Amino acid sequence: MAAGRKKKRKELFALGNEAVVEGALLAGCSFYGGYPITPSSEIMEVMAQRLPKNDNGVFLQMEDEIASMGAVIGASLAGCKAMTATSGPGFSLMQEHLGYACMVEAPLVLVNVMRGGPSTGLPTSPAQGDVQQARWGTHGDHSMIVLSASNVQECLEMTITAFNMAEKYRTPVVLLLDEITAHTREKITIPREDEYEVFNRVVPTMPPEWYKPFEETVRGVPPMPPIGSGYRFHVTGLTHDPNGFPTSRPEEVADLMERMFRKIDQFLPQVSLYEEYLCADADVCVVAYGSVARSAEYAVEQARERGVKAGLLKLKTLFPYPRAATEKVMGHARALVVPEMNMGQISREVKRVNNGRATVRALNRVDGQIITPSEILKAIMQV
Amino acid sequence: MKQGVNLERFEIRLSGLGGQGIITLGRVLGAGLALGHGYQVTQTQSYGPEARGGSSRCDLVVSSGKISYPKAQSLDLLVALSQEACNAYYSFLKPGGILVLETDLVRQPPTNLYLGLPFTEMAASKVGIVQAMNTIVLGAISYLLPFVEQRIMRSSLQSALPAKIRDVNTKAFNLGHREAKREFGEQPEIWKGKPEEREGSDI
Amino acid sequence: MSEVIGNHIIHKYLRHNKKFPHVLCPGCGHGIALGALIRSVHCLGLEKDDVVIVAGIGCSGRLAVYVDFNTVHTTHGRALTFATGIKMAKPHLKVICLMGDGDALSIGGNHLIHAARRNIGITALVLNNNIYGMTGGQCSPTTPHGSFSMTSPYGQLEKGFDVAELARAAGANFVARGTSFHAQQLDKLLIQALQHPGFSMVEVVSPCHTQYGRKNKFKGAVDMYKWLKKSATPVERYAELDETGQKDRFPIGVFVDNDAPGLEEQYYALKEKMRGRKS
Ligand SMILES: Cc1ncc(C[n+]2csc(CCOP(=O)(O)OP(=O)(O)O)c2C)c(N)n1
Ligand code: SF4
Ligand SMILES: [Mg+2]
Repeated sequence: MAAGRKKKRKELFALGNEAVVEGALLAGCSFYGGYPITPSSEIMEVMAQRLPKNDNGVFLQMEDEIASMGAVIGASLAGCKAMTATSGPGFSLMQEHLGYACMVEAPLVLVNVMRGGPSTGLPTSPAQGDVQQARWGTHGDHSMIVLSASNVQECLEMTITAFNMAEKYRTPVVLLLDEITAHTREKITIPREDEYEVFNRVVPTMPPEWYKPFEETVRGVPPMPPIGSGYRFHVTGLTHDPNGFPTSRPEEVADLMERMFRKIDQFLPQVSLYEEYLCADADVCVVAYGSVARSAEYAVEQARERGVKAGLLKLKTLFPYPRAATEKVMGHARALVVPEMNMGQISREVKRVNNGRATVRALNRVDGQIITPSEILKAIMQV
Repeated sequence: MKQGVNLERFEIRLSGLGGQGIITLGRVLGAGLALGHGYQVTQTQSYGPEARGGSSRCDLVVSSGKISYPKAQSLDLLVALSQEACNAYYSFLKPGGILVLETDLVRQPPTNLYLGLPFTEMAASKVGIVQAMNTIVLGAISYLLPFVEQRIMRSSLQSALPAKIRDVNTKAFNLGHREAKREFGEQPEIWKGKPEEREGSDI
Repeated sequence: MSEVIGNHIIHKYLRHNKKFPHVLCPGCGHGIALGALIRSVHCLGLEKDDVVIVAGIGCSGRLAVYVDFNTVHTTHGRALTFATGIKMAKPHLKVICLMGDGDALSIGGNHLIHAARRNIGITALVLNNNIYGMTGGQCSPTTPHGSFSMTSPYGQLEKGFDVAELARAAGANFVARGTSFHAQQLDKLLIQALQHPGFSMVEVVSPCHTQYGRKNKFKGAVDMYKWLKKSATPVERYAELDETGQKDRFPIGVFVDNDAPGLEEQYYALKEKMRGRKS
């Protein structure tokens, strides 16, 4: 290659699920543990091909989703960037260890390709029914980062983002896709090395005797050494003190809980990702995420052709809910339309932020079908 | 990798029976259009129960600009390789959209405005293997679509295939292209004007 | 291997910044098993940094916090899954699981048989006290037929698992059984297990007078150790006994002793092979 000339970017015609793998590998993922389930299985299958060929990649098919998350957390504690992917029923099984990962502050990425539920539901149909489960599915009070993607390129990008946030904040990150995004093939561009950022967890530099694994830091995120690197410490799902030892002393319990919320909440602006499309002068604003955001974009364009000032707020972060972005569009839009393939899981967040200011119209569909642009257009024209 | 023709939103549905290689056809066509020609393409396909019942469907949306809604809604081109698929999807064809049939398998076309070739029979008698049928269809579509360059699509096809079956598929592709040229008539005439300006737009 | 050593060595391996006293009842067999584990690690000359203890939930799981290794106290029944991730990611580490009978065989039964089947290089200790100790004495999957517990006030109707047989059937490379009474033999069994490739499991029959003994006609913890002394029989001798002789006894010793390479060994060999092909 001629010196000075930039390397050409690689392009692929890939599924959303395949793009997740591309993103994960760019982000430095070196461990995948999972259990097959439609419509997420392609992620696992491509990982099975790719990881053994990587320098330090490990791929494991586990006996179920509980075990998958256990192995992923184990690998994360051992220093790997680790992930798993699943869908509805498997996501329910993963909740136990999602909470454990929160408690021991193990970075990991969990991709949930949403399908129709509850229970076995509609295995091959799209849905967005796991949004609140992603936020609150595991027991106990906890903070949670939940991201989404609406097209194939975003699957790649948001997977990198998910890994970066997981490492930066020492927390599990859930990436919610839906069957449509996961199973659509599109052209994706693999970014060049200088075009994306990769964040690696902070490791301790002090001598092991001084190290306290769950100690307060400026960012609220304690440094994390890999197991076996000379820092011997205790990790437990029990509420623990800065040394990692179980405690039930109220002040120590409060300190831990407060820090675990604060380490994410104080970075709300950095964590809240969204895109505004024609929002600046919008009278009616659609708030959407996932594949529905694509229908919404089409509907907004059509509404504009008909003279209605419509806009789209596309959420890429679902939790912590991007409050500021929503408030901004509410400043001028007199109505918000929230289309979702569920009975209103994000519209309740919108209503909470809105607090009676604008008209909020939820548009819901739970029959295993995508919400079409014409349905959204109709709602825009009505409000 | 230049786009030859400016496209707004062009929707294609490939449909037929499981085992006809419809999904592979869609993937190769999609990859050729996206990577070879530089268009934006979204490709979706039938999954699960829909895909198990013996039928198969693969949709592509092609555009010069960004594609918002990824699914096909009103078709510019419907390729039906079975009677069942033809019956099921004919109504999605937009006025002026083109219907391409496998003439041995679709014995009762819903209209007489269609283009057709006996793709399966051609594969058996002229290529020697029935499985090459989808590649013949690819060749024919490549002729039919004014924004597809035969050369680019052919090399796209070749790069998607293992060496062992590359030659036979190239042959099938060329055959499809040639026969379509002979049977379907001169290309610009087929897509003349906007659909609504064409005669018979009430179909 | 150095000679088997006395108890004073244990202090070298305890965490002195951890608040004591510990949670175990007087007479509990679990502490003895932990002592044996420490002695065997010491005898093998393993570095503390290279040892990972992965524990489940139960009185048995609480042991991990006291020892100065890398320790991970996981969730109920799932210790093996975390351990599997750690071992695959860092195959040079000695990964040891500490589990209770409820932990390993009830909620974690699936993980146990799969860890054995995939022959992952982990040494699993199942501390079998025939009861759910931590939660107050409910039936476990090893509670013997006819015995009493908080959830079998009229006698257990179900049969208990034979832990060693289960591990053997699932394909474990090394299977042994010892007791908290036969402490010296336990040291030796653990040393053997730790040296084995692949999945090794040692069942430790460990008395819990507080939750099991009391309800089953054992006057005190000492009675339970006497019972162990009487009924645990070396496997070779046990095999020679007739049916009446075997009744009320159980075999201890080594049941399975194979050398199949562990999953992690196979996996890294595969990677090596693929790398060779690439270059
Ligand atoms: C998912 C879950 N279910 C139930 C419990 C409650 N629980 C804690 S320990 C335990 C049983 C412990 O028995 P065993 O594994 O035999 O250990 P022991 O205390 O006897 O050593 C149970 C049921 C739990 N912690 N988590
Ligand atoms: S309850 Fe039983 S198992 Fe638990 S510490 Fe006491 S004696 Fe040991
Ligand atoms: Mg027990």
